[in-house]
Amino acid sequence: MEPKLNTNQPQVNLSKKEKIKLEREMRHQIITFVVMIFFTALAFMSVASDLIPASFAVPFILILAVIQVILQLYYFMHLKDKDHEWPNAFMLSGIVIIIPMVAALMLLLGVVKY
Amino acid sequence: MGHAQHNTDTLPPNPEKATLEGRNKFLAFWFFLGGETVLFASLFGTYLGLRNGTAGGPTAAEIFDLFLVFIMTTILLTSSLTSVFAMLAMKKGNFKQMLVWMWVTVGLGVAFLGLEIYEFYVYVGYGLTFTTSAFGSAFYTLVGFHGAHVAFGIGWIVTLLIRYRKSGLTLTNAPKFYLASLYWHFIDVVWVFIFTVVYLMGIGG
Repeated sequence: MEPKLNTNQPQVNLSKKEKIKLEREMRHQIITFVVMIFFTALAFMSVASDLIPASFAVPFILILAVIQVILQLYYFMHLKDKDHEWPNAFMLSGIVIIIPMVAALMLLLGVVKY
Repeated sequence: MGHAQHNTDTLPPNPEKATLEGRNKFLAFWFFLGGETVLFASLFGTYLGLRNGTAGGPTAAEIFDLFLVFIMTTILLTSSLTSVFAMLAMKKGNFKQMLVWMWVTVGLGVAFLGLEIYEFYVYVGYGLTFTTSAFGSAFYTLVGFHGAHVAFGIGWIVTLLIRYRKSGLTLTNAPKFYLASLYWHFIDVVWVFIFTVVYLMGIGG
């Protein structure tokens, strides 16, 4: 029961260069995925094992989470590609505002544990 | 007109950004994700402020099942990868392959949602409900909001898949699938932080 697709379905015209680019993109994304799974497992183990003290584990897993999010944004969500100047600009300006704000709030509220 | 597009059967590369409408949708969707980030940031802040207020009820370290959450994380990460594959298939103009990868993404999303519902069911069995403590309210609100986003994403993608099951790739539906895929990645981004801040820090912090 083949679903009846348009027989003259529009094809995307790709030059050889673009095909190579897509292949490379796919390789990068698989590497990104493997790294993310590895970081997740690393974070999981650093908490599950009793050998690592919480004073080290908590900042460590937070850094791993930030790296994973950067990978996700730039590779999976294509922020590294061109035509993404505006999302990048808005995100960076948001981060510039957020960092002093969060730091100030943490100090004000006395949440200096981490 | 004719000189610009002499062959109507071909699409330009990157069909999701070939039209002005597609580019506008793309930019507006990043704005929407910015708003969503603020929403989840507030919920995370609330959770961090209230997570020690257990009011004699179960604490995070007592009930969280790290292994189950690890499986859920892996499932969601994999579904992120399959939606990336769907977008690659779209850029190659292979619409059928894109549909297949999108269905795989939906399937993994359903599996994730099922495990999350099971998880909540177990926690309620341990005596942690929405009204037990401030920790319970903050936890169910934060993780429940994420689950609602997953459910909405599944509904969205399934709607697209059914509506365009026979249409082939067009300049109209390429941006729609692309945005659905961006939304799905965003859900995964939020989950990375839930996994770290709620579960891992709940056990180890």
